[in-house]
Amino acid sequence: MNPADLRYDKEHEWVRVEGDTAFIGISDFAQDQLGEVVYVDLPSAGDELVAGETFGEIESVKSVSELYAPVSGTVVEVNDDLDGSPEVINADPYGAGWMIKVALGDPSELDGLMSADEYEAFVASEA
Amino acid sequence: MLSAVGATSVDDLFESVPAAVRLGRPLALPGGVSEMEAAATLRALSDRNRPASRLVSFAGAGCYDHYVPSIVDHVLRRPEFFTAYTPYQPEVSQGTLQNIYEFQSMICEITGMDVANASMYDGATAFVEAALMAARTTKRDKVVVAGSVHPEWRVVLDTYAESGIIEVVTCPVEDGLTAAASAALLVDDATAAILVSNPNFFGHFEDLAALGDLAHAAGALFVVSMNPALAGVLESPASFGADIVVGEGQPLGNAMSFGGPGLGFFACREQYLRQMPGRIVGRTVDVDGAGAFVLTMQTREQHIRREKATSNICSNHALNALAAAVYLSSVGAEGLAEVGRACIAKAHYLREALLATGTFDAPFSAPFAHEFALRYTGDVVAMHAEMTRRGYIAGVDLGSIDPGMDGLVLFAVTEKRTRAEIDAFVEEVVSL
Repeated sequence: MNPADLRYDKEHEWVRVEGDTAFIGISDFAQDQLGEVVYVDLPSAGDELVAGETFGEIESVKSVSELYAPVSGTVVEVNDDLDGSPEVINADPYGAGWMIKVALGDPSELDGLMSADEYEAFVASEA
Repeated sequence: MLSAVGATSVDDLFESVPAAVRLGRPLALPGGVSEMEAAATLRALSDRNRPASRLVSFAGAGCYDHYVPSIVDHVLRRPEFFTAYTPYQPEVSQGTLQNIYEFQSMICEITGMDVANASMYDGATAFVEAALMAARTTKRDKVVVAGSVHPEWRVVLDTYAESGIIEVVTCPVEDGLTAAASAALLVDDATAAILVSNPNFFGHFEDLAALGDLAHAAGALFVVSMNPALAGVLESPASFGADIVVGEGQPLGNAMSFGGPGLGFFACREQYLRQMPGRIVGRTVDVDGAGAFVLTMQTREQHIRREKATSNICSNHALNALAAAVYLSSVGAEGLAEVGRACIAKAHYLREALLATGTFDAPFSAPFAHEFALRYTGDVVAMHAEMTRRGYIAGVDLGSIDPGMDGLVLFAVTEKRTRAEIDAFVEEVVSL
């Protein structure tokens, strides 16, 4: 269920690497736990991310959670579609529900993230 | 009951209080009286009050003697509204939520803003919350406040600033106004907002367009406090570029009640909705498609967002908001405009009459609405006391608020004042 070509972190974000850049979103498990997403507050293009620090917030009907950067880098693109239809994150967390695209600051950080199998084991252990 | 807790006398219950700090004798209170005697004593005491309802009041400065139509009290005192506390499942109280929704809608109409909250404690807290919201929105921490904003509101702002969450810079007052050129010297790229009041504390109209442009050019928000009693005759702050509009709602159907409780209103442009403080009621449909009112946008609030909430105020003044909504519904748009026109015309009549006596002179010359400051040539404190004895509240002694304003009296005139009252007041005050 979690795509094998992505990397995952313990805060339930995923990273899809494309050359020097990476797309970032939240996992299917995360969207399921949050419930209906009503708003997402994202950084702007040009903003710097630091791995492990917050880069935004995601709100569902009755909760709000912070988004943590799985990797460091510079934001090069933001998924503006989420402004008007944040529910896309629920419907397609690994596709149209992507949040930001970053220019990787330190590709070696990817080695510290989990594979899909490792992430599934992590989620199972959390449950 | 004593034996159940293992004590033999009432004194045993106080054993843990050291003997040295106990009184050791009965309180020096008179003996008991009958209910009839107590009622008579209390009535005699209350008869010594001089409420504004039995005086001719020219006092304003944030709390005004407007007429309150009798329907306001009739609705207000219905027990469904008067005694009910908001239940913790607020959607059970559809009537309360509908009233707040209507109140919010009316506040949007008179401010020209897109969204309004369920109300705040008073104008001062709404004003400070606007400063804090501007700081959150712009991620800057300095606000420039006009020195012509109500002095008590600025004290409340300074109290919050003492904690270090915002820095407050005050723009000096010139001829009763805030000069955009002076404000420009204080505004920089760390400025979160310019905060002004219109009309300001002295009753004058600020140059909102210039101050709004100044704020926006610096990337700051423009916060305007307005008097809702004048909303029917003045252009809305929105038309001058205001981003957040706040104010004291007491003039809308709320009694003066010795100065409180007040009614803060708070409205802003939709783009800043998620940074708003306070509760917001929305209208939606239930599972059957029927209309329903709900608390909405609650993820801003502290029961969900904890220390990152937009405000620690999670309550409102629902009964005062109800009074405002009933008032606005009963006077209507045309009635509100008539109130504003009457207040302004009568204030100008009083000012001219007082200046013509030579007993007062004018410290400021700028255009004003229904409130104005004059300098009294005699002793303000003695004049005020004597006029109270004669049945008038002779404005507000500004020297009692700020020694720097010694000798100034702030007069407010509402639609309730008749020409006969105004003429008689002028005659009496000259005769002193």
